[in-house]
Amino acid sequence: MCPQSENNILFMKSSIGRKILMALSGFFLMFFLAQHFTINFLSVLSEESFNSVSHFMGTNPLIQYALQPVLLFAVIFHLSMGIYLEIKNKAARGAVKYAMNKPGTNAPWVSRNMVYTGIAILLFLGLHFYDFWIPELVTKYVEGDMTGMHAGSFRYYEELVAKFQDPVRVGIYCLAFIFLALHLLHGFQSSFQSVGFNSNRYTPGLKKFGNFFAIVIPLGFIFIALFHYVSHLN
Amino acid sequence: MSENMKLTLKVWRQKDAKSQGKLETYQLDKISEHMSFLEMLDVLNEQLINTGEEPVAFDHDCREGICGMCSLYINGEAHGPDRGVTTCQLHMRMFKDGDTIYIEPFRSKAFPVIKDLVVDRGSFDRIQHAGGFVSVNTSGNTIDANTIPIPKEDADNAFDAATCIGCGACVATCKNSSAMLFVSAKVAQFSLLPQGKIEAKDRVLNMVHQMDLEGFGNCTNTGACEVECPKGISLENIAIMNKEYFKASTKA
Ligand code: SF4
Ligand code: FES
Repeated sequence: MCPQSENNILFMKSSIGRKILMALSGFFLMFFLAQHFTINFLSVLSEESFNSVSHFMGTNPLIQYALQPVLLFAVIFHLSMGIYLEIKNKAARGAVKYAMNKPGTNAPWVSRNMVYTGIAILLFLGLHFYDFWIPELVTKYVEGDMTGMHAGSFRYYEELVAKFQDPVRVGIYCLAFIFLALHLLHGFQSSFQSVGFNSNRYTPGLKKFGNFFAIVIPLGFIFIALFHYVSHLN
Repeated sequence: MSENMKLTLKVWRQKDAKSQGKLETYQLDKISEHMSFLEMLDVLNEQLINTGEEPVAFDHDCREGICGMCSLYINGEAHGPDRGVTTCQLHMRMFKDGDTIYIEPFRSKAFPVIKDLVVDRGSFDRIQHAGGFVSVNTSGNTIDANTIPIPKEDADNAFDAATCIGCGACVATCKNSSAMLFVSAKVAQFSLLPQGKIEAKDRVLNMVHQMDLEGFGNCTNTGACEVECPKGISLENIAIMNKEYFKASTKA
């Protein structure tokens, strides 16, 4: 084996290689989240533009066949690697636990519980796929209906609003976004540290922006869910 | 001012590496708040010797915060409740009359307990041997280090990284038992200086490889190490190491 490919394999197996890959998949997911939020927010502003953007995203071949698989891979990778590393880290702690331990004195709760907030998000994703993604795939690729139409008009807005009529579901969505916010409060700035970006000049500002992102985006999603729920109450 | 504190100690006792250990309770009085934590343990050991019991084994050497030997997880924190100190620098005035103090060894799979509070930190030595050095020509024509100009900022950062005393508090406190702060201090110390740049690539690859072999966990950037480190080694060093490692792995 040439030394270069040997290095690459070591990289994937090394603690630092894995943390860099966690960060890169995290970056991609945060970017995805931001664009998903932007599109969903359109549903509050204008039914028409939400429909046309949704149709574009749902039928554009580049997005469907290039970005969607990358997204799916990033989700699976980020989750399974995160859980795998947590198990390895627990084992590295050793068999005997501290009788007295005060982890709260030196590290914030959000940073110590990424795997739990992550698993909560995973559970939500299950519901989310069941609600939107799987029906969408069935309509488009099983039934072959790429028109995005239903009863003479675009179906996307209707479908969105229909899901948010059930108060239990709205409640679960809101709760899930709280977990997402907790995850991002650590994850955003942590990703930059992992890829080696830490500078006296920029890191404080970056952390502030990270906290803003971590709160505003999930809050925005909660707002959208509540907006459709409340505005269709009768 | 208290010259006369009464304390309850819960101390981890373990006969040897193979035996099971457990917490034993001891009562101490007449402890002065001016004592260091290790002096308090000396008092305990004297008391144990006088009553014919086996004294508690604990690591110590310089007793002035420079050797890194004294370890101890005290009341749930590495080196106890104070910040920026080792256990030998921890004063008893951080405690109150009547307190119960838990004293446990630094725990990590890569730091096995040898006896009582003494752990084997040989894993750190093996990481150092893997690359934590600069190879210099010692044939008699060694060039004086000061003849090479170094930017002040780099020199300062390298010096800050070099203050790591290899105590292992970072590992003991990390929820993942990760040794990244220690290893990054060693990597950054050299990679910032011209003398260290020559071997930078092999150094970071070999040291990280050894760190992983020793069974330390994976860093998740909780930052607990930086808070507990007696020398204030910064997380910035870990970022430097991540970058160095990425460069070394992707360049031929
Ligand atoms: S980085 Fe700090 S806590 Fe870790 S070994 Fe060095 S001095 Fe000790
Ligand atoms: S005994 Fe040397 S640092 Fe504490």
